[in-house]
Amino acid sequence: MELELSPDQEVFQDSTRRFLEAECPMTRVRELAEHPDGFERDWWQRGAALGWTALLVPEEQGGGSISGRGLIDLTLVADQFGRHVAPGPLVATNVVAAALAQSGTPEQQVELLPGIVAGEIVATWCDGCTVDRVGDGFVVRGAAAPVEAGAQADWLLVTGDDIQVLVPATASGVQATPLHSLDLVRRFATVRFDDVEVPASAAVARDSVERQLDVALVIQVAEMVGAADRVFAFTLEWAFDRYSFGRPLASYQELKHRFADMKMWLEACHATAAAAANAVEDEAPDAAELASVAKAYVGDFGMELMQDCVQMHGGIGLTYDHDLHVFLRRATQNRALFGSPAWHRQRLAGYLEEAV
Amino acid sequence: MTQTVSEDTQVEDVESFRRRARAWLAENMLRLPPEPQHSVRRVEYFADADDRQARHRVLQRQLFDGGFAGITFPREYGGLGLSAAHQRAFTEESVVYEMPGLFNIPTFSICGATLLEFGTEEQKRRHILGMLRGDALWIQFLSEPTGGSDLAGLLTSAVRDGDEWVLNGSKIWSTGAFHADWALCLARTNWDVPKHRGLTMFIMEVHQPGVEIHRIKMVNGSMEFCQEFFTDLRIPHSDVLGEVDDGWQVATRLLFHERNAVGGGSTFVSGRDNVQGAGPDDYLLRLVDVSGRLDDPVARDLLGEAHTLKVVEAQIVDRISRAMRTGVMNENAASILRLYRGVMSTRLSTISLDIAGRGAAAWTDDDAAIGDVGMRFVSRQTSCIGGGTTEMARNSISERVLGMPREQTGDRDIPFKQVRRNA
Repeated sequence: MELELSPDQEVFQDSTRRFLEAECPMTRVRELAEHPDGFERDWWQRGAALGWTALLVPEEQGGGSISGRGLIDLTLVADQFGRHVAPGPLVATNVVAAALAQSGTPEQQVELLPGIVAGEIVATWCDGCTVDRVGDGFVVRGAAAPVEAGAQADWLLVTGDDIQVLVPATASGVQATPLHSLDLVRRFATVRFDDVEVPASAAVARDSVERQLDVALVIQVAEMVGAADRVFAFTLEWAFDRYSFGRPLASYQELKHRFADMKMWLEACHATAAAAANAVEDEAPDAAELASVAKAYVGDFGMELMQDCVQMHGGIGLTYDHDLHVFLRRATQNRALFGSPAWHRQRLAGYLEEAV
Repeated sequence: MTQTVSEDTQVEDVESFRRRARAWLAENMLRLPPEPQHSVRRVEYFADADDRQARHRVLQRQLFDGGFAGITFPREYGGLGLSAAHQRAFTEESVVYEMPGLFNIPTFSICGATLLEFGTEEQKRRHILGMLRGDALWIQFLSEPTGGSDLAGLLTSAVRDGDEWVLNGSKIWSTGAFHADWALCLARTNWDVPKHRGLTMFIMEVHQPGVEIHRIKMVNGSMEFCQEFFTDLRIPHSDVLGEVDDGWQVATRLLFHERNAVGGGSTFVSGRDNVQGAGPDDYLLRLVDVSGRLDDPVARDLLGEAHTLKVVEAQIVDRISRAMRTGVMNENAASILRLYRGVMSTRLSTISLDIAGRGAAAWTDDDAAIGDVGMRFVSRQTSCIGGGTTEMARNSISERVLGMPREQTGDRDIPFKQVRRNA
């Protein structure tokens, strides 16, 4: 990610690092694989106290950032989430928080943002449903999947064709069915809406939907790069420590050259993730384009790097006991969500055509 | 640092410099014609390299006279003494104008940068100004026919004779030696010590008695590469760059500047340099268009991939350059940029070929631009060989950035005259 952090950002990132090292070592992540929710609410609230869900919410609404550039600060958390494969609805909650802070009504902001910032409310994001205006309110129909924390969330932000609405998970007609999830601790569900009625006050302007996607991409790409960086580091160490034919793996030119390629991919991943984060933070004209570039690049080469690290480990890298797959699951899930690299390349072709 | 800042010098801020450059360029330089719709242009603008170098000398002189040459070169040698940010601003403004790109590599970014580091005051005063005025094109005499990557194993000998040195041997892969004026030439001055400790770097005039230049025809018809033969070539002792027998230190820095320049990270490059296979920003889009494939998702995927690779290149250049400047990474990280550009360029070349389809196989005069795609693909590996192979870059990254064990060699700590070598 960023090459240089301010002292405040260093302290901030370090607090999350120390918290995750102490509270969420890999043994704990493996235990939570058996937990139906994948995380515990009181743990999420303690993480939220470190700022995890406050960064995209302005101070006057109960949030606040470290550097004045909240999305950049959030990538520091996401990087650590990737390095530790931390549980908790980081992407979903922050995307909804950003949406409400930008486009929510004052009443919605007062009702939900303090709870999201405190980690007491879990919110998530649903698309693929229809939202129809009926009488004074709206009716939501259809099913959204996969929805991050769909069965754990207290509130659902549903995106319709021309409006978003906030739906409480307890509303009549809402039903969440857990899905199998590639990640050990991040849960997804299909959320069905059977003629769910919400009042007019549930409406959220749809003007920030594209930005919501870009924010989600920045967070997930930062997570993928954090994971790739950690995996590369321990795989490099492994190459020094592992001997065959009386020599360390690190002494074989074939393997050295592959590590050189991986190092190049890793630096490129860091560079493009940081550039996307800065563009989206600044709401630059090329924000969406750079978010797609980052996802297209990291989705391909960050994953190639991690798969190559499995190859460097040999058979042990494919066992459940080795931690490699835990990182690979998180990164692969991120690759598949919010647009594959191929989807983003098509999006980029469109931008190029428009630019002419 | 010997550089002194005089009282009356106030550094112009980047935006003001940019505005001044924009106005000056519009007034003085030739604006490249916009691309006609639904076409791609050929990458070569000149019938031959001689026309090109003559034109670029004129253009460089125009920049110099207009006060826009040597933006990051020190003022005392004729430059402007400004920052990399000023240089970037100028490059951005100059993109649509005809620029003397021939001077960027190696004259400014490799030879000039090395002269600034190792030259005596007299050498710098004598030579830098000539580069910036467009009078002198420089090249490097490094590689030899007996080996490219193992530079320190070179065989050209230099023997001291009073105030002069006498050189015998042969160099190869110098670009455009026939129209260059000066060269940095690495030769062996001591055969009784291990290979790295017996080399010396010389400044030499290219065209003089004792130098014979042969042009080499490459697969794409280019005649720019040369081989030189030195027979009892005499060079004054005052043209030794750095110390006698310490030429490897000079060469190491020169190679750093080369990797940095080839990787796109040099601050001495002014104006955009042509990346093989990259072309102008919308080159591939036009290629998709003229190939009639704007609605083909396969072509659009390739277009998106190419765009991704190019955008990420600028991002990684920015990151690694910053990391080297601030000391977060050592200067061997320039090899990461060299590797990225090599790998990217080969991929872009393949992408162009795939987009062009059968147009790259046979063409009329009118679609010569599509035909070029096939020709450029045939010489695609240029970008992974020239300027140090990508294999050497991978060695450098793994050994000097990641600290992995060095390759075994058969010549370490052995007097060079005892080392087995090619005849």
